[in-house]
Amino acid sequence: MNNYFKVLRPGINSTFQDLGRFGLQHLGIVASGCMDQLSFCISNKLVGNKVSEGALEFAYQGPLLELVGGPALVAISGKVNFNIISRNGETKQGLSNTSFVVSNGDKIDILSTINSVYGYFSIMGGFKLKEIKGSVSTLVRAKIGPNNGNKLMSKDKIFFNKSNSTDKVKKTKFDFDGDNTIRVMKGLQVDYFSKESQEDFFSNEYKVTRLTDRMGMRLDGKKLKNIVNKNIKSEGITKGSIQIPGDGQPIVLLSDHPTIGGYPKIANVISADYDKLVQKTPDTKIKFKLVDLSVAESAFLEYVRKF
Amino acid sequence: MLKKISNIGDCGIACDFGEDVNKETNKEVIKLFNFIQESVNNKKIKGILNYTPSYNKLIINFELGQTRSKEITEFINGSDFSKTTLSEKNRVVEIPICYDEEFALDIKRLEEKTKLNFKKIVSEHLNTDFFVYMIGFVPGQPFLGDLNDNLYHDRLDTPRVKINKGSVGIVEKFCTIYTFESPGGWNIIGKTPFDLFNINKKNASVLSPGDTVKFKSITKRDLLSFKNE
Repeated sequence: MNNYFKVLRPGINSTFQDLGRFGLQHLGIVASGCMDQLSFCISNKLVGNKVSEGALEFAYQGPLLELVGGPALVAISGKVNFNIISRNGETKQGLSNTSFVVSNGDKIDILSTINSVYGYFSIMGGFKLKEIKGSVSTLVRAKIGPNNGNKLMSKDKIFFNKSNSTDKVKKTKFDFDGDNTIRVMKGLQVDYFSKESQEDFFSNEYKVTRLTDRMGMRLDGKKLKNIVNKNIKSEGITKGSIQIPGDGQPIVLLSDHPTIGGYPKIANVISADYDKLVQKTPDTKIKFKLVDLSVAESAFLEYVRKF
Repeated sequence: MLKKISNIGDCGIACDFGEDVNKETNKEVIKLFNFIQESVNNKKIKGILNYTPSYNKLIINFELGQTRSKEITEFINGSDFSKTTLSEKNRVVEIPICYDEEFALDIKRLEEKTKLNFKKIVSEHLNTDFFVYMIGFVPGQPFLGDLNDNLYHDRLDTPRVKINKGSVGIVEKFCTIYTFESPGGWNIIGKTPFDLFNINKKNASVLSPGDTVKFKSITKRDLLSFKNE
């Protein structure tokens, strides 16, 4: 018998992701991959998978899924409000960051993320996903990934590898960092901006706007003055770069960023603070704090201890 | 020549070859790109995630925890990549193009601006050996050069909202081919039916940085009956 989840409602932006598709950026293919690596890895650990196993990422409102077959050990990570509706109609509230067992006919209704953007849904043994160039990450813009590179849609069937042992329920204590300070290092073109603008950027608050997705986060705040050139010769882009286009408002380039770009970059988010940044919801006011490489590297060592 | 290496955050470096945008500079970039690719394939360096050449820079991303910028910078500074040849990989790829007026959206404006007639513009374009400077922005999109300077023209003042896949455009000394339907501000002079990008193929992108492109003129009928393998 086949084992799968029937998608009754897909959610706003639900895609399969793993840790990314690497080694192809010189051909225009960005790494993509999960936005919040820590939450992603937690969801896999909770069901006993290797941390790099493909999981379903959702943003804000997630999917409503009905299990056909099973039973299955699953987990939802992040800060997520969801219900488990059993076959007889009984509804109980789910606990994120705790694995749980669902049986044939049960529904999982992922209602919303709480004061955060992304959550992850994992299953013991993993989903049956087609690997493309060594990864199951989805880049919707270029239609690359499992599910023909598409977001989850109603009536899709999500097949998974059935496991025999579903009794190893695990939980973890987890909360997002409520602090709104994001540490950054100086960008390649920091000197394109006036001294005042550099000070403004590294001390003032910037508001996360609604124009934010997997590709980039547009910010709104003190306009930054470019004193050299509003364009540069197009160059390779890295995740977490903060570019300043002609209008003087920063855009942080996120996991699905274009592979090359021609706007000057004032700063780069350090690896340890990337997960924290991508979970900030629109209207949150964030502040950038300038640090150097040694601080960033020690912060990373501290960050990986959480995994 | 490699002028300097700078950090990009804690998990990237930029290898900077100077401010000039020309084939000579770009060839140096691509030599280092080939050298890094070989070093990754031969496991001489670890932790490298991506290496992206552009006109005058090579950007390298790595996995912090596997390696760090100091290690990679020292590896590059201690290597002689000047002998890495371009020719091993340098291929010539012929790309069919149809200059029919249905596809050459900006040819009238170009005729006015360049004071060249349609035939002359086409022959200039066909006679150019284009060098692939870089690929990107979206998957498989090549940035090619150099056009003869009598064809130089600026970007459109107002970019088009939609440019069809396969459209061939020129701006300044560069030529590009849109591999996906997208917005864009390049002067469109023709269209190719040739699929430059297919993720399901072993080599997803037909072109690689450092390749040479020659265009070959085809009729509208050829274009319509063209079959990609």
